[in-house]
Amino acid sequence: MSENIVEIKNLNKWYGEFHVLKDINLSVKKGEIIVVCGPSGSGKSTLIRCINYLEKFQEGSIVVDGVQLSDDIKKIKAIREDVAMVFQHFNLFPHLSILDNLTLAPIWVKKKPKKEAVATAMKFLERVGIADQADKYPNQLSGGQQQRVAIARSLCKNPNVMLFDEPTSALDPEMVSEVLDVMIELAQEGRTMICVTHEMGFAKKVADRIIFMDAGQIVEENTPQEFFSNPESDRLKLFLEQILSH
Amino acid sequence: MAIFEQKKTRTAPSNTQGIIPWIRENLFSSPLNSIMTFLGIVFLYWIIPPFVQWAYIDANFSGTTREACTSGGACWVFVKMKMDMFMYGFYPQNEIWRLKTALGLFIVLLVAFKFIRNYKISFLLLNIYFLVAFILVNGGFFGLEHIPTDKWGGLMLTVVVAAVGIICSFPIGIIVAFGRASDLPIIRSICITYVEFIRGVPLITILFMSSIILPLFFPEGMTFDKLLRALIGITLFQAAYVAEIIRGGLQSISKGQYEAADAVGLSYWQKMLLVILPQALKVAIPNLVGAFISLFQDTTLVLIIGLFDLLAMVRITAADSTWLGMETEGYVFVTFIFWAFCFTMSRYSQKLERQFDTNLR
Ligand SMILES: Nc1ncnc2c1ncn2[C@@H]1O[C@H](COP(=O)(O)OP(=O)(O)OP(=O)(O)O)[C@@H](O)[C@H]1O
Ligand SMILES: [Mg+2]
Repeated sequence: MSENIVEIKNLNKWYGEFHVLKDINLSVKKGEIIVVCGPSGSGKSTLIRCINYLEKFQEGSIVVDGVQLSDDIKKIKAIREDVAMVFQHFNLFPHLSILDNLTLAPIWVKKKPKKEAVATAMKFLERVGIADQADKYPNQLSGGQQQRVAIARSLCKNPNVMLFDEPTSALDPEMVSEVLDVMIELAQEGRTMICVTHEMGFAKKVADRIIFMDAGQIVEENTPQEFFSNPESDRLKLFLEQILSH
Repeated sequence: MAIFEQKKTRTAPSNTQGIIPWIRENLFSSPLNSIMTFLGIVFLYWIIPPFVQWAYIDANFSGTTREACTSGGACWVFVKMKMDMFMYGFYPQNEIWRLKTALGLFIVLLVAFKFIRNYKISFLLLNIYFLVAFILVNGGFFGLEHIPTDKWGGLMLTVVVAAVGIICSFPIGIIVAFGRASDLPIIRSICITYVEFIRGVPLITILFMSSIILPLFFPEGMTFDKLLRALIGITLFQAAYVAEIIRGGLQSISKGQYEAADAVGLSYWQKMLLVILPQALKVAIPNLVGAFISLFQDTTLVLIIGLFDLLAMVRITAADSTWLGMETEGYVFVTFIFWAFCFTMSRYSQKLERQFDTNLR
């Protein structure tokens, strides 16, 4: 029916009494790059974590690649094989080598032969420029390298949708660009990406749409050009002033 | 402009290096420290020479009877003559080769593990070993005479009880710990109840319960091996402590690890066994080994329900009319064996910790 790979309708979520997400509607086309920004606590992380069901929600529907999300374990599994996620704090598995971090899911979830999994893993490690670190352990790498490993790990299942939750905000400034470069390449490859980030340079360069959230709602949604040059709401104007002022 | 000049390294001043400054700094740094050092030396002087005199200088090693012990020191002849009893209890003399074979195979297995890098094969070998060892020790198959468990005793019984307790309590403890951390309220409360019940009861009580109360619930005439009942009791007891220790390890794992495992698509069990448990175990190793050392010592309690472990053997052998009054030698010997086992375990734990640590660095 649609070429929308992610379709979120009337999504509502509460943490106990606290209404985190309010009537969220969002459609993402295949190959689209969406950047989500907004003040801290506005529900950005919660929103993208709903998409791979790391968070449950009480109302509304999310359809990813034709699969309607629900409690059904099979559906959750199907979605998670299709949707990859990169976290703010990398969340690599510290007890496994870089290579094992990448091959764990392919071997156990997709039941790939080890050789094939290793070959794929090495290909993606090469893509992100750290093939020479394959035998090291995560704690031996710098933050930027760890995040690139995390991106390579998420690429191993050849996901149709990639979610990024502030992938650069835990990094030292000099490492931000090495991660952004990888993300820009992925964007130009035509992968569907939903990124929570405050890297406005990245947003201007690759985003098809920017979404501004506040207090659990989508306040504005626009192309990068319009977003920066013609912010409609006062809330966004204030926000842009704050993040662009220095 | 100032020119940077690299300074030559010098040796440290001599009054901070070597043994004399070390003694001054560590043993006599303050009046209180000096007094403690002095008292310590007096205490050691008071204990050690007489002990060495008794246990070694004046001791008797050769001979086969009590009459050989003439010099007034320890009569190790007693231990020597009763060695089989200490080691194997009442296990029939001419079947003892079976125990020795089981031990020998174990050593072979340990050596083999040094070379086998494949965990699946190691695990398989270990299981085959347990089966073979059971057949050897218990008999009843392949023409081996069945040796009932009331003939088992001494160090062999201690090792069997401790090993079964450790090996069986480990997986149960892991599952209970998972259960306690589970999202399902019923499973969680069952696990909490189990752990809190066991932890509120001394091991002795559990042993009594498993040996006396439990059979009351069995149908008339159904017998249930005494050793087996003790093993079940000890395993259930130990599992609760293992569960608590592993739960502590689980709590030290950040939420991000669970989320990352979910996000890459692992199932619940894959997540727990491949990602969470290895990290939790690493944190838990020192406490786990501590608990296993306690268990090894607690096996002496099986005496209460009529099983004759290593410690119980002292009383039995010293009650032999030709060796009356030899308890001291017996207890010193048994103490040494317990110490050797526990010390080895503690050392092994340190080695494991270092091994895991280098893996992470
Ligand atoms: N597990 C939770 N239980 C209760 N409240 C939560 C929970 N997780 C998040 N919240 C609350 O929900 C709101 C939205 O959180 P969320 O992490 O989505 O914000 P965010 O927009 O990603 O912010 P940030 O920029 O700081 O990451 C916050 O007010 C937060 O305190
Ligand atoms: Mg967030």
